[in-house]
Amino acid sequence: MVTTSVSSNPQPTLVARELSVFYGEKQAVFDVDLDIMPREVTAFIGPSGCGKSTLLRCFNRMNDLIEICRTTGSMLLDGHDIAGPDVDVVQLRSRIGMVFQKPNPFPKSVYDNVAYGPRLHGLAPSRSDLDELVETSLRRAGIWEEVKDRVDQPGTSLSGGQQQRLCIARAIAVRPDVLLMDEPCSALDPIATATIEELIDELRSEYTIIIVTHNMQQAARVSQKTAFLNLGRLIEFDETKKIFTNPSEQSTQDYITGRFG
Amino acid sequence: MTSTALSTISSQAAANRLLLRRKRAERRFQLYGILAISAAVGFLIVFLASIVSRGYMGFVQTEVQLTVNFDAELIEAGSYRTILRTSLAELFPDAGSSRAERRALAGMVSAGTVFVLRETVEADPAIAGTVQDVWVLASDPVDQFYKGRIDAALPEGERPISDASLARIAALEEAGRIALRFNRSFFSRGDSRNPEEAGILGAIVGSALALLVTLVVSFPIGVMTAVYLEAFAPRNRITRLIEININNLAAVPSIVFGLLGLAVFLNVFGLPRSAPVSGGLVLSLMTLPTIIISSRAAIRAVPPSFAEAAMGLGASRVQAIFHHVLPVAAPGTLTGAIIGMAQALGETAPLLMMGMVAFVVEVPGGFTDPSTVLPAQVYLWADSPERGFAEKTAAAIIVLLGFLLVMNGLAVYLRRKFEKQW
Repeated sequence: MVTTSVSSNPQPTLVARELSVFYGEKQAVFDVDLDIMPREVTAFIGPSGCGKSTLLRCFNRMNDLIEICRTTGSMLLDGHDIAGPDVDVVQLRSRIGMVFQKPNPFPKSVYDNVAYGPRLHGLAPSRSDLDELVETSLRRAGIWEEVKDRVDQPGTSLSGGQQQRLCIARAIAVRPDVLLMDEPCSALDPIATATIEELIDELRSEYTIIIVTHNMQQAARVSQKTAFLNLGRLIEFDETKKIFTNPSEQSTQDYITGRFG
Repeated sequence: MTSTALSTISSQAAANRLLLRRKRAERRFQLYGILAISAAVGFLIVFLASIVSRGYMGFVQTEVQLTVNFDAELIEAGSYRTILRTSLAELFPDAGSSRAERRALAGMVSAGTVFVLRETVEADPAIAGTVQDVWVLASDPVDQFYKGRIDAALPEGERPISDASLARIAALEEAGRIALRFNRSFFSRGDSRNPEEAGILGAIVGSALALLVTLVVSFPIGVMTAVYLEAFAPRNRITRLIEININNLAAVPSIVFGLLGLAVFLNVFGLPRSAPVSGGLVLSLMTLPTIIISSRAAIRAVPPSFAEAAMGLGASRVQAIFHHVLPVAAPGTLTGAIIGMAQALGETAPLLMMGMVAFVVEVPGGFTDPSTVLPAQVYLWADSPERGFAEKTAAAIIVLLGFLLVMNGLAVYLRRKFEKQW
């Protein structure tokens, strides 16, 4: 599909072709073509309102929840169509997890937060399986040591950074292939942000991650690929290093040097 | 230089004046607030004091101790009237046996005493052939006099109790055969034409049954409507129209719901008149808008991030709503429901149309039995001419207020309990 791909390169996990999103009459995303490679962190950057969150939410069809929102174009996950009307959104969302801008743990215990997804999809038939799955997920999200003594306490009683890692644990508990992160650190302090960034780097070994961020340093730190969007169009998509050192487009250059946005 | 200095000073003074004025305005405004609150609290105190001072006497009742000879033959013949007459004559031996005198004696005790005697025998047949001391309810004039509501100094023609009766009461008092006792029958009987016998149990049971119907009908419908409108309904002209209508329904005079109930539930569906089932249905029509509006507000107040997170994990919209939104919205929903119920408990006008503002002696035993409700009972008693009903009215109001207090307390408790979860 990708003509430039070398034979040693793996197939892309997610493929978008001519993806456009409309809010009623207004078009928010224009004909985006994108290949997301497996086990990589792809960052979406761009000024506010450029459509990066909208684009991100296409991949797990969260935009379907907005009544006036309409998507055209095609999306493939591992070669299978995920844009069509017949796609089982429930199954899709179990394969493409999402972490939101503001930490949003359920008003339930830490345990129930993580166990919710597996229970929903019947991933853990017995109580001990579930216990194990919850522990593994919390470990993988790097929060197990902090919460292992209080998994019965409400998830909302944790600190902001811990809540966000709990949300990551909750998302990976359903064993997705892809993790979508919509500005996961924008509501956190610098220390918590650093922890999450480390975590993202670790998670890269197992998950394909797409992260939307406002923070260009963050994109530079955590991602391997960066997509720059402006006014709903994909301006440039390349290796992060190249985008930040030697972008091909003038507007990318202007944005990353802080001339607008 | 000087001119700028002067202008600075004058503007400084102006600023100070402005500041003072603002502070004064603030203090004045606080004072208004305190005055308003004091007025409200004052009214409340006056209201409660007047109700309680009138009503507490309704919970006690003057009783007279009779020595009754349960003559086996008379019981066999069913002549309880004779039994009563004999014991009264024994109690007041100086009274003549003329018809008028006998009637005056019988007027000392409640008209229902004959039935009380029969019930006593029926409850314990072994009592036949024995002589027992029995406390029976005094009649309304005796009760009112004994409670100090009738001025003995008035000329005989201007008070509802004769000199002879006063003498008899004095005699009873001397013998220790008259006393104020807790009015059990107030809580164990239905309504009666005789104030001393009238009880509130019928109205309490009627209200409870009607409210049960209201709760069972309006709570699920109300909550489901709110859920659908908030989470599923497409935003279009029709849903907007429905929303406006629901909001307007909350302001419709309640008697209109009564008329609707009369036309639909009684005339079309043929439900029984005066029954808790039809009354409860009308009340649920009235309560629905309250429940819908408060449930919608509660659902809207739940951060959308919960539902979003659940759906991001692959939950369907219904699952997200039932697993995460409704539990968080539960306190608000329940509070709305209980407040709606409390409103329904105090409602009389729509029930007027359903024939529930009625004189019902029997305590209702089911949803289709004729019954009345608490506020209707208050209204009926307030309308009765006998003096004894005045204190019954106040006592019934106290009972009604007690139930309202319990329901509101329950609302607060439930809110606290459910909010603790997170």
